[in-house]
Amino acid sequence: MRELKLMKGNEAFAEAAIRAGADGYFGYPITPQSEVMEYLMAEKPHERTGMVVLQAESEVAAINMVYGGASCGKRVLTSSSSPGISLKQEGISYIAGAELPCLILNVVRAGPGLGTIQPAQSDYFQATKGGGHGDYRMIVLAPSSVQEMADFASLGFDLAFKYRNPVMILSDGAIGQMMEKVELDEQITRLTEAEIIKNTPWATTGKTKDRERNIITSLDLDSAKMELHNIHLQEKYRQIEENETRFETIQCDDADYLIIAYGTSARISQKAVDLLRAQGIKVGLLRPITLFPFPSKPIAELANRVKGILTVEMSAGQMIEDVRLAVGCKVKAEHFGRMGGIIPSPTQVVEAMHQKIIGG
Amino acid sequence: MAKIKGDIVIDIEKCKGCSVCIPACPQDVIALSANVNSKGYHFAETVNDACTGCANCAIVCPDAVITVYRKKVE
Amino acid sequence: MSQITKEEIRQPENLVYKKTELLTDNPLSYCPGCGHGTAHRVVMEVIDEMGIQEQTIGIAPVGCSVLAYEFMNVDMQQAAHGRAPALATAVKRLMPEKFVFTYQGDGDLAAIGTAETIHACNRGENIVIIFINNGIYGMTGGQMAPTTLPGMKSSTSPYGRDVALMGNPLKITELIAQLPGTLYVTRQAVHTPAAVRRAKRAVRKAFENQKLNKGLSFVEIVSNCNSGWKMTPNQSNEWMVENMFPFYPLGDIKVND
Repeated sequence: MRELKLMKGNEAFAEAAIRAGADGYFGYPITPQSEVMEYLMAEKPHERTGMVVLQAESEVAAINMVYGGASCGKRVLTSSSSPGISLKQEGISYIAGAELPCLILNVVRAGPGLGTIQPAQSDYFQATKGGGHGDYRMIVLAPSSVQEMADFASLGFDLAFKYRNPVMILSDGAIGQMMEKVELDEQITRLTEAEIIKNTPWATTGKTKDRERNIITSLDLDSAKMELHNIHLQEKYRQIEENETRFETIQCDDADYLIIAYGTSARISQKAVDLLRAQGIKVGLLRPITLFPFPSKPIAELANRVKGILTVEMSAGQMIEDVRLAVGCKVKAEHFGRMGGIIPSPTQVVEAMHQKIIGG
Repeated sequence: MAKIKGDIVIDIEKCKGCSVCIPACPQDVIALSANVNSKGYHFAETVNDACTGCANCAIVCPDAVITVYRKKVE
Repeated sequence: MSQITKEEIRQPENLVYKKTELLTDNPLSYCPGCGHGTAHRVVMEVIDEMGIQEQTIGIAPVGCSVLAYEFMNVDMQQAAHGRAPALATAVKRLMPEKFVFTYQGDGDLAAIGTAETIHACNRGENIVIIFINNGIYGMTGGQMAPTTLPGMKSSTSPYGRDVALMGNPLKITELIAQLPGTLYVTRQAVHTPAAVRRAKRAVRKAFENQKLNKGLSFVEIVSNCNSGWKMTPNQSNEWMVENMFPFYPLGDIKVND
């Protein structure tokens, strides 16, 4: 039976990571996600499960520790917030290039630069469009509740290992900091070295006589081979798009208008849907759960049935680009958002729907 | 009286002709060949039979192309 | 005394030295005469002689030795520039029973990776760091390194390193020796047979130290870069003795038990 607790999003994620059989966490403090490492240190997961927790000297070092651990076939993770994720992008690019599984939590705060510690969703681009150098993708999961902060730890590891690919949980300061009830999975036993060698034969666990040495690298100086590697990566990303697109639709069946929003914005938008329906306007909500792969197909299908689409993001409008690519010119799609750490209110969303879509 | 006789085998295809082995040899056994290998390097070769098998040449060879033998001759 | 033929000498029972099988058969990508090859061989001979190939994981850097994994016949990871000690930290902590080493050049270890180097050393990670210091960025074409000597010419200090303008060379090994997390810090070279033998003893001690779990062992190898220095290999070794060794003196800097 799942254990019921009242926890912060950051804490729920940390606890769920331990229970998901994580082998190692490497992090660096940054608001608003510092509770992840604080919780882990307080819980002494080394005693509970043998999990390693280490405070690194920087975000750069932390992601490269993840790179080293992932190279050994271990279930490793890190967490940070926007400026720290910018620093991690180099390492993420290497991890993607070397095709390694790992989990990265980004509890997004407003930017650019040092910005502010308040919640934002302005890291959509750096999460879904690479962020680091080269043609790569992360699988991006967007939790909108403390429960999903917990659930996506094990889901993230499963997807990371299924595809040998980094997975980012793109949360925000509100989800990370808020307390909600959460049901926690039971503890999964960490894998033994023999199981790791069996499950991930590519891992650097020490060259035994029965195999060639294992090499983890993202380098190939032969351009023809590098192109083939890139083609392979792109095929993998297409496969991920085919198999792993996740989204939720709320009151979309009879909707004349559609709101698309993820994370905290989705929660606000759900209230806005209720307010608009109270006004007699049939509005539905589509909540992308995976941002890469993006739910383009269901959005394109809904675009055939609705009169207009409003995206709500705590940014200047980043996801709207993917929405417009999905919708084409079939129907009007506009962005509403607040920036700089401001969370929009449901009534502001209602007003935006009237101004930009219904009356616009 | 026993005498030590040595010999070296140089993988001339992998030798880059760097010459680091030449001053390392106390018996002046090694010199660069007038010929080149398939990469175009003047490879190292032995020029006399004075080798004692001390392995100094192999120990400093950056490309590990030298194999050393040593035999006690009665 | 009877005459002995070469064939009689070249018998397996007379073998005194051959390339370790822990070096692959791939031709080394280094320039002729470069000390990297010798340093590779020393490290691999130690791992071979200790019989720890199956437990060893190496971390390659960015720089001339970026392809070290092509030549070292152990499981290897290729790190981002300067980050090898971070990778090694995680590998060792997640698999404490393994032997873990990094192999890094001066640009990698003492410039872009300074933070990772110092903090891995200061935490006392039970790893071995092999640091090749040739005072130049070889891979990218001979630019000034953190270890380039005052007055030394490079492609980005074409009139010689002006310390007033370009800053001082960094004696990072002396700095690391100050840190409580390091157990053994030494500076060696591989330009002569005697130097290679000493360097190998140092590398052996470093790997033996890993069993003690008492801190990090750091072996600097002052090496040549004849291409970057624009000399023949033997000239570069002589130049190294005359110019590098006075600034980077050889020998043990810290030996704890």
